Amino acid sequence: MNSKKVESIVQKSDDISVDETARETMNIVVVGHVDHGKSTIVGRLLADTNSLPEGKLAQVKSNCQRNSKPFEYAFLIDALKDEQTQGITIDSARVFFKTNKRDYIIIDAPGHIEFLKNMVTGSSRAEAALLVIDAKEGVQENSRRHGYMLSMLGIKQIVVLVNKMDCVSYRKDIFERIVEEYSRFLLKINISPVCFIPVSGREGDNIVAVSAVMSWYKATTVLGVLDFLKKEKTSANQVFRMPIQGVYKFTKCGDTRRIVAGTIESGTIKVGDNVIFYPSGKKNKVKTIEAFNKSMREESSAGYAVGLTLSEQSYIKRGEIIVKENEEAPQIASRIKVNLFWLGKKPMVKRKDYIFKLGTEKVLARLEKIERVIDASNLKSVEAKEEINRHDVAECILKLKRAISFDLVDKIVSLSRFVIVADYEISGGGIIREALPDGQSWVREKVFMRNCKWEKSNISQEERAEKYNQKSAVILVTGAKDVGKKRIAKKLEASLFSLDRFVYFLGIGNVLYGVDADIKGKADVKQEHIRRLAEVSNILIDSGMILIVPAIELTQDNLNLIKTSVNIDRIITIWVGGDITTDIEYDLRVDNVDDLDNVTGQVKRILKNKGIIFDSAKE
Amino acid sequence: MNHLDQLENKSVYILREAYANFKNLGMLWSIGKDSTVLLWLARKAFFGHVPFPLVHIDTKYKITEMIEYRDKLTREWGLNMIYGMNEQALSDKQTFPDKGADRISCCKLLKTHALKQTLSGQGLRYRFNHETLEYEVDTNTEAFTGIIVGVRADEEGSRSKERYFSARDQGNIWDIGDQPPEFWNQYKTDFAAGTHVRIHPLLDWTELNIWEYIKRENIPTVSLYYNQGDGRRYRSLGCYPCTSSVESCAKNVDEIIEELKTGKFSNIAERSGRAQDKDDGGGLETLRREGYM
Ligand SMILES: Nc1nc2c(ncn2[C@@H]2O[C@H](COP(=O)(O)OP(=O)(O)O)[C@@H](O)[C@H]2O)c(=O)[nH]1
Ligand SMILES: [Mg+2]
Repeated sequence: MNSKKVESIVQKSDDISVDETARETMNIVVVGHVDHGKSTIVGRLLADTNSLPEGKLAQVKSNCQRNSKPFEYAFLIDALKDEQTQGITIDSARVFFKTNKRDYIIIDAPGHIEFLKNMVTGSSRAEAALLVIDAKEGVQENSRRHGYMLSMLGIKQIVVLVNKMDCVSYRKDIFERIVEEYSRFLLKINISPVCFIPVSGREGDNIVAVSAVMSWYKATTVLGVLDFLKKEKTSANQVFRMPIQGVYKFTKCGDTRRIVAGTIESGTIKVGDNVIFYPSGKKNKVKTIEAFNKSMREESSAGYAVGLTLSEQSYIKRGEIIVKENEEAPQIASRIKVNLFWLGKKPMVKRKDYIFKLGTEKVLARLEKIERVIDASNLKSVEAKEEINRHDVAECILKLKRAISFDLVDKIVSLSRFVIVADYEISGGGIIREALPDGQSWVREKVFMRNCKWEKSNISQEERAEKYNQKSAVILVTGAKDVGKKRIAKKLEASLFSLDRFVYFLGIGNVLYGVDADIKGKADVKQEHIRRLAEVSNILIDSGMILIVPAIELTQDNLNLIKTSVNIDRIITIWVGGDITTDIEYDLRVDNVDDLDNVTGQVKRILKNKGIIFDSAKE
Repeated sequence: MNHLDQLENKSVYILREAYANFKNLGMLWSIGKDSTVLLWLARKAFFGHVPFPLVHIDTKYKITEMIEYRDKLTREWGLNMIYGMNEQALSDKQTFPDKGADRISCCKLLKTHALKQTLSGQGLRYRFNHETLEYEVDTNTEAFTGIIVGVRADEEGSRSKERYFSARDQGNIWDIGDQPPEFWNQYKTDFAAGTHVRIHPLLDWTELNIWEYIKRENIPTVSLYYNQGDGRRYRSLGCYPCTSSVESCAKNVDEIIEELKTGKFSNIAERSGRAQDKDDGGGLETLRREGYM
């Protein structure tokens, strides 16, 4: 059945004419269990297509002779010393070769389980994969694991090579048995392979030349099939998404443009388009699409690294996603259900902070719950595990420190993909399957609407900061009842005021009897009180001021709510008193309320370190 | 979007990721064609500006024209230019031309060691002053935490195993056997104090791509790459005692592209004119593990 399939593609593709001026390049990864012959096949492919540097073959052969070991085609690409002595591929090696149709970069991935991270690295750069299975050994653990990883990584075109056919007397029944067994496995993980080819890397059967001994096999060779693999198309006809990489202003070089830079993930954008930034909800309009050394464009699309200038000034930052106003919105959440694979040396555990990266966003995350751990080598699931071990694949729930924007895997797949960093290293990766509700969802909707409708003044935050010699901030002074929170807050206000800072003390009662008059005294309104307090704070800090707010026993949950409502990150929390009665994460703890000068000194240092107050000379 | 566009846009993405994540970022500029393309890509990424210093390791054995070209572009493009060198080895005459070292040791001293010292700030750095038009000792001695390098995977074996973002430890050592994974446009941007990260935006480019791009963008290059009438040109530039030219009649970019396309060099390694690669079995690989670019 598979032979037929290939034959038919062979014919179709003969019609494609070769265009020499626009040569395309395709990345192909070679994966499979250790010793099944991946490197040998790649070496053969290079040797038999005359793609090796002059004298390389002879040099490697004579090296082998000198060290009296048999020549291996694998040595041609295992260029590093380490690998030649151990006889295994440690890292993915890239080799180049070309056909009439296009140029290829062949990535030879290691098969040893210990180097799965290198297999993942190699595969993620590929558009298609050759998966090698030894005819003698049959389907092994890593044949399946690699198949699974390819599907996780999003590689859809897989060609299965049944290798070492010379070892099984080129028998058709053995080939067919493997085709049957492996097809069944691939079906379970939703992959339909391009085809299966019986080959011998060592003898060169069906690699470049058609095998003379396997007359029962009528379809194409490995070289033949490569040209029928399809190039992935850029997703210009999907909704527009662009994660912000940076907001550039090169004022020192006399350039006044404020450019929002990023690479368009999907869709198209035009000058004049109305856009919304996610998750903040801020609106704007595209004024220009900037370019260097090129005339400015009116339009750009998926795949291009661009720079936009906007019609209105507004504070946006790296990590946000730009979306077109009239198109489908992405998700916003801080709790997510994901599928992830773990490559870290230490297991992924609960109650530990990890760095979560998606698009250009970066946020702390914790493992909240493991729903299922799957052994990728046999698809068996192991319930009730407390940690995710190296090479495990798991379905789990992650809790992010703050809400971010993303798409689900069935929408814009690249914006559902994330990695997890542990101890400075990328240690895992995965896809988001579902956005889950969290304690702040109800607030987030209101904030999003508020930001959408916000009427902007003509004075920018930068101009205010320059005028007042400070950036706006909220200082929360919290702690148990009657520990001197207000005293500290007022002293701090006075001290900053005497330094000409634009500062304001906001007593909680000032909000309670006015803004909160309609709900005061009712049950279950604590969260709503906090939300309103945060809304009032948000208005005040928009004026550029430093706001000081005392509040009783704020919890981490309360703080998260405030952080969701207030448009800036500059929120400083001070805990007053020896007893810590809530779970809040504070920036400063004050035990001795009597030494007020010392306290204000410490707060000022924090403000300086965070760049909230600065000397006029500095910027 | 053609292949050159794809390469360009990916490199720009990588450069912007580097800029967003590394406070002390620099870019090595060897004056050769690759790192000059890299410099051009930086100007693309940042809309005409290069918002980090360019670092040149001067061995004092570079071909004179290379240094002139470096300083010319520095002035014209307003670059923040820094160079460093191994002054000790040079004054002690521990070099190959002075017969004080073999080729590999000379490379280790004048390049690998000089690079290490310059990046860490332990060695003197000379910065171009755009007012006086002179180099002067740089007062900033902070170590670089991210350094952008123009290596390409097709150059030789060990480079084909590089990551786009590749960690180097305190001793600048590259642990090839134990590199972290890298996938989905997510890179190693977190690192321990004292270590640094090498960033390789050109990893996917080939020699032909580089020339095609130089042509398309009209990027100025040193004339040493072209045949001046004697039937020879340089394909890779280095120090004059260890770099030899190749036989070629290519007088301009178009002719080089033609020459590469006809496959004249397809069976000859690009760095075959670089003598240090051959001194022991894996000369360049040994150098690179210890910090050579
Ligand atoms: N008989 C036979 N041996 C092979 C064939 N392909 C590879 N081998 C041998 O299998 C061993 C492992 O090959 P290698 O390419 O290093 O496997 P890798 O680990 O998958 O890269 C080597 O000793 C090869 O010579 C083949 O087609 N026939
Ligand atoms: Mg191998």
